[in-house]
Amino acid sequence: MDLPEEEFIYPGTRACAGCGMALIYRIALKALGAKTLVTVPASCLTVLHGMQGFCSTKVSVYHTPFATTGASASGIVASLEDKGLENEITVLAFAGDGGTTDIGIQALSGAVERGTNFIYACYDNEAYMNTGVQRSGSTPYGVKTTTTPEGKLSHKKDMPKILEAHGIPYIATGIASYPLDLFEKFKKARTIHGSKYFHILSPCPPGWGYDPKDTISIGRLAVQTGFWILYEIENGIFKLSKPSSRYLDPLKRKPIEEYLKAQKRFSEMTQQQIKVYKVYIDNMWKDIKRRIECQN
Amino acid sequence: MKNSKKDYQKILGSVQKPVLGEAGKTGTWSSKKPHIDLNTCIPAKSGKSSCFNCWLYCPEAVVTRTIPPQIDLIHCKGCGICMEECPVNAITMEEVKY
Repeated sequence: MDLPEEEFIYPGTRACAGCGMALIYRIALKALGAKTLVTVPASCLTVLHGMQGFCSTKVSVYHTPFATTGASASGIVASLEDKGLENEITVLAFAGDGGTTDIGIQALSGAVERGTNFIYACYDNEAYMNTGVQRSGSTPYGVKTTTTPEGKLSHKKDMPKILEAHGIPYIATGIASYPLDLFEKFKKARTIHGSKYFHILSPCPPGWGYDPKDTISIGRLAVQTGFWILYEIENGIFKLSKPSSRYLDPLKRKPIEEYLKAQKRFSEMTQQQIKVYKVYIDNMWKDIKRRIECQN
Repeated sequence: MKNSKKDYQKILGSVQKPVLGEAGKTGTWSSKKPHIDLNTCIPAKSGKSSCFNCWLYCPEAVVTRTIPPQIDLIHCKGCGICMEECPVNAITMEEVKY
């Protein structure tokens, strides 16, 4: 294991027990090192950093309004360039799915279009968990939230595809259950100049409705059933990551029911809805297969 | 009164200090705490630095990467991820009374 031993988050944060986001943040900071400047909008991550006067991380953190994550990162990068520190310090924008897919999308789109040299990481817990599980643009189909009591009617927004349309040099997806894969991706992103985007699935025990001890196994199920696909797109070249590569074959994928039944948020799904899921996942993988074949 | 106002201004104007246990003793959030059985734990048994899954997957960073691994029970929230991820089932969750 070549993960550095140094920790950048002190134990005893305000995150829930078994929080996927806390693990993702810990791994990301390990990969990027102490010379990182983080900008965070309103999210669970703001809560993790703590109250006025004290902070739970060793890196510098800038709290920014909800809609301005991308814009604030642009400002930080501009000031670093002015001081000649742009090669020394990595700027990391870390936002939730609400702050990325709904509220912060225009600032992110602007920052990425300007070619700002920063890493944008979206930890996706698939709803507004900090305020009590409201539906977001990233909530999957059929999920019961407080604002969709009958289950959400539309599929989740494919954020990496939107970012790919901006033509940025590096896009990757990740998950808390494969920390080594995530670590390698963050390390690679650090060396690339330009805008980098990460979309990381973060299992959330209170929001998804499962026991905190299952955070890692549920995330693993998401990959094994093909619901979440780990890949990276470097300069337009698509590459499936190692944990996901064997699931290109539909026979190797576990049935989606296993993933859905493990969580309370999917508890009221009908057989009809599960069929919709199967078609959705098949189509997602067919697109990827076509893409890989075209590349070769 | 005057003093407390000064203290307040001091906090507002100061740099935020990184501290251990920002949310207090988070170990009190759960009564179940992990216990490592050193006779089955891979690094403790073999004396080699291998495995360390408990250290890798811990969201709270309360497990150390030492031989044998040690757990900071004052801040461990008792989620049980280490118990689930231990390949040899060396970790059990035990009731702790405060």
